[in-house]
Amino acid sequence: MEKILTDLVLSPLWYFAVARGLLVIVVLMSISAYTVLLERKASAWIQGRIGPNRTNHPLIAWIPFVGTFLAKGGFIQPAADGLKFLFKEDALPGHVRKVYYVLAPIIALAPAIVTLVMLPFGQLPSGQIITLCPGADVGVLFMFAISSLGVYGIALAGWSANSKFPFLGAVRGAAQLISYELAMGLSVLTVFLATASPDENNALSLVSMVNAQNGAWNILFHPVAALVFLICIFAETNRHPFDMPESETDLVGGFHTEYGAFKFGIFFVAEYSHMIIGSSLFILMFLGGWHILPWMPTVGSGIFATLLGLGAFFFKLCFFLFFFVWVRWTIPRFRYDQVMRIGWRVLLPVAVLNLLAYFIWYAIRG
Amino acid sequence: MAIKIVVRRPLTFAERTYLPQIIAGLKVTWDNMMRPPVTLQYPDERPAIPKNYRGVPTLVADTNGREKCVSCQLCEFVCPPKAIRITPGEISETSDNAHVEKAPKEFEINMLRCIYCGLCQEVCPEEAIFLQSQYSLTGLTRESMVNNKAKLYELGGTLPDNHHKWDKKKEEAEKQAGGQH
Repeated sequence: MEKILTDLVLSPLWYFAVARGLLVIVVLMSISAYTVLLERKASAWIQGRIGPNRTNHPLIAWIPFVGTFLAKGGFIQPAADGLKFLFKEDALPGHVRKVYYVLAPIIALAPAIVTLVMLPFGQLPSGQIITLCPGADVGVLFMFAISSLGVYGIALAGWSANSKFPFLGAVRGAAQLISYELAMGLSVLTVFLATASPDENNALSLVSMVNAQNGAWNILFHPVAALVFLICIFAETNRHPFDMPESETDLVGGFHTEYGAFKFGIFFVAEYSHMIIGSSLFILMFLGGWHILPWMPTVGSGIFATLLGLGAFFFKLCFFLFFFVWVRWTIPRFRYDQVMRIGWRVLLPVAVLNLLAYFIWYAIRG
Repeated sequence: MAIKIVVRRPLTFAERTYLPQIIAGLKVTWDNMMRPPVTLQYPDERPAIPKNYRGVPTLVADTNGREKCVSCQLCEFVCPPKAIRITPGEISETSDNAHVEKAPKEFEINMLRCIYCGLCQEVCPEEAIFLQSQYSLTGLTRESMVNNKAKLYELGGTLPDNHHKWDKKKEEAEKQAGGQH
């Protein structure tokens, strides 16, 4: 007993792990916050507006050049948004199922944070992978298993809110997730079939997936799988044009109609975290992870190469987050029946046929 | 009867995949994003007010600085929301403008009632009241939203016409008086 206590309290490894975890969560939260800013700014640009450009703080505003730049770019807006959510009255409506109502946003956010454990970001000069859980070879399986749990938050929110619009949103969200999970899994299977050899130990590891893309990126050899996976990410993260659970025009606000203040903020962060996780998965599996260009895995050497790799990953992530916004203002929302038709009658057959085609190809090639 | 038959050709495979359309749409939004924003940052930037804009009603003076209003009260009577209140007054005999019939002692337009219809300007026989370019009007109390005479002339300024109806009348009267002698 005493030994366990000593190990728990004094072991530096434990503290180190917690510190790393907190660091990644803080980074995720700030990227989410700034994705909200990107969403607002990019929507404004697309619609011919300027977007948030006023928020400032006296402590920053006095700095001659930087202060105005930060205000014009809206860089202080996320802090103001967060503080607003934090200080608003946290109302608990009388007609909701209280325990589940409070639990729902937590359940929506938790899977997004948990999946981060398996996400590799880059490679140290020593060859070690920058990730929270090095050496785990279940990688992508774990991520799919956990990230799909996010829909429980939506379902629970819709049910516990005890009102028809949230309920409809939750039902739609659950149906949509099930419909697109299949096609997503099949498209991923195609890629893993190609890159992992059967006698390999960590066949499902994302790290070996990235290493396999040393030369050509997977998107070049698996364009159909990449497309199916991309569409499925949009559906799984409930982004336009697939934002069935939210669809504010026909369902008021969907599953979070009855939510306000910080609980709504958590749903918001959860949605953006899922976007980040989804785009990271796409980058790792199809866009060469931290490789800078196809056929150009490393540039420079040592810590410089590591930083460049991290930068490449971050750049690709930013592009994808922008792409989510870009698509949002391009394609109008599908009707519910269209969503189901695309999922079951287009994406699933395409994914199956794609897989079959690769089966036959490997069988012929031997 | 020219009937034009529109051939409904079936969608090609590329069209049925929906992807070329999406890419074209992405290009449209991208082009839109590259255009400069149309936002007018209001308190910092002001819109260009057209010449015949009908903003806050004001009173004007003529080029000699004489107030044009003769307090006939037509505007007060025509005003649909009854925003105008005029207290007519006499012009003292010693004044330069003694030849003018009358002048308002007090002239109030309650901007909380005014509906900017412009009927006062339409009805005024003296061209003394005009809806001009001021469009942004704020106040902290109900009293401050009532424009009194001084404020109305301050907002109105001078009407640059050289009509001088009352001066001509005076001249004519003097001429006639001179001719009789």
